[in-house]
Amino acid sequence: MERPPVIRPASKRGLAPFRGRRAASLLPRTRLAGPMPWVMAIMVALTVLAGGAALSLDNVAQTARGELAAAATVQILSPDPERRTAQALQVATMLREQTDVSQVRIVPRQEVADLLEPWLGSASGGNVVPLPALIDVVLSREADASAVARLRAKIVEIAPDARIDAQSEWLEPVLAAISTLRWMAVGLILLLGFTAAAAVWLAARHALGINRDTLEIVHLLGGSDAQIARVFQRSIMIDAVAGGVAGLVLGAAALTLMARQFSALDSGMISAGGLSGTDWAILALLPLCAVAIAVYTARMTVLSSLRRIL
Amino acid sequence: MSGMNGTDPGIVKFDNVGLRYGLEKEVLSDISFTLFPGQFYFLTGASGAGKTSLLRLLYLAQRPSRGAIHMFDNDVIAAPRETLPAFRRRIGVVFQNFRLVDHLSAYDNIALPLRVAGVSEGELAEPVTDMLDWVGLAQRADARPASLSGGEQQRVAIARAVISRPEILVADEPTGNVDAEMAIKLIRLFQALNRLGTTVLVATHDMQLLRKVPDSLLMRLDKGRLSDPTGVLRYPPRRED
Ligand SMILES: Nc1ncnc2c1ncn2[C@@H]1O[C@H](COP(=O)(O)OP(=O)(O)OP(=O)(O)O)[C@@H](O)[C@H]1O
Ligand SMILES: [Mg+2]
Repeated sequence: MERPPVIRPASKRGLAPFRGRRAASLLPRTRLAGPMPWVMAIMVALTVLAGGAALSLDNVAQTARGELAAAATVQILSPDPERRTAQALQVATMLREQTDVSQVRIVPRQEVADLLEPWLGSASGGNVVPLPALIDVVLSREADASAVARLRAKIVEIAPDARIDAQSEWLEPVLAAISTLRWMAVGLILLLGFTAAAAVWLAARHALGINRDTLEIVHLLGGSDAQIARVFQRSIMIDAVAGGVAGLVLGAAALTLMARQFSALDSGMISAGGLSGTDWAILALLPLCAVAIAVYTARMTVLSSLRRIL
Repeated sequence: MSGMNGTDPGIVKFDNVGLRYGLEKEVLSDISFTLFPGQFYFLTGASGAGKTSLLRLLYLAQRPSRGAIHMFDNDVIAAPRETLPAFRRRIGVVFQNFRLVDHLSAYDNIALPLRVAGVSEGELAEPVTDMLDWVGLAQRADARPASLSGGEQQRVAIARAVISRPEILVADEPTGNVDAEMAIKLIRLFQALNRLGTTVLVATHDMQLLRKVPDSLLMRLDKGRLSDPTGVLRYPPRRED
């Protein structure tokens, strides 16, 4: 018999990485046929939706806080129109002198009438029901109870039946509700992350079960745990990327559609909830996180299963 | 001549090794022997005597329940898990049921140990083609194991076991599926490899095979215990040269 081919003993070559297309071909190509990409797509789409909602609520809250938190409204209620106008001018002058007041504006009569029109009807004109004089005040800091009380004391000296209301009084419960919703969205994202990890864990175990024989052979031929894990990681990563991209596209499409519908409502507060470029960048990171979770989970699953055989 | 206490270093040394699966009684008991580098060993014994079990310990697929195993001057039982792959790469194995990867071609199955060892595609094409030639399967390079005959699968398994020029070759019933003529050809393959310095251990119950390798040494397993017909387990073999 002829001599066997002379080949350098592989052991002299050390533990080089076993990767790339050849390593991946160890697993039969069944990807995309399995449920992994679909599960990932749905998870990522839901996460993008929840993330979009959270960011949007955040924007609403920020805008509302910025615009309204420092605002207060003074109502002069004297029944006599002459006195009312005089008192309004006096109060406005006094307010302008205050150091913690940054803006004072007497709301023109017509604007007040327009404001009240839905309740009083245009026929009422303004002669039938006496309209209060309104002064919009913007403080240089948040209109908290003590600041409002101080201003109230000064205003009452000039106009005993005047009232001052901070916008933040009615804003507070709204902001609290928004905050709750936002935390719910964050909780939802965390739950989705957990579920995604669990789904990947199941998928990895399934793939391991199917390919156990291949895995054992490579193990016995001297494949290291890291080499074998890399083969599975790669396969699951391809699935996860496919699913993640599909999910991002789906989620973004749904968010855009919703944004268009809400902006049609033309309400100041809701349109403040639009997503900025940074927000979209954060949302685009979500599928990346999903892929990272998938790869990490797959790796841990394979390594712990390998550790059980010698 | 080196004596019982073995100044001649063995490549494999078992000391009072025992193996049980789960809580069953031991399938291997008090196994002590030394394999010396460059020798050709046969391991025989009735079906169920524990040949495969012993080989599994040897190719590091299984930890013994008790005893000590030294290989390549290392205590492989105490060795950390992550150092074992490097040892496994120095051992070529022909499994009793071949264990080819079903969805890989004959070529890719044979290339597997080299790929695992990190040999580049360029470097690996020639040895794999040579090896396919050598086992007479050049025409079947692209065939999947399912479309190969039992004997052809066996030859792919053998080619895979020897492709990386292991220091120890372990073969479990390597001639079980082939006719007498092919069996002799395969044994000649092992002998050729043995002459290149590989220590060979072949488990078989084909007594005819033993006679084909004149210099070979015999180990016998009987119900999980080694008997020692040629004394090889106690004394290192003498070679004329
Ligand atoms: N994984 C296992 N779990 C439990 N028992 C096992 C396992 N593998 C082998 N055995 C038992 O160990 C004993 C020895 O089996 P082994 O396969 O080593 O024998 P063998 O000598 O190789 O036989 P054969 O010539 O038929 O291949 C048998 O009684 C078998 O039932
Ligand atoms: Mg057997």
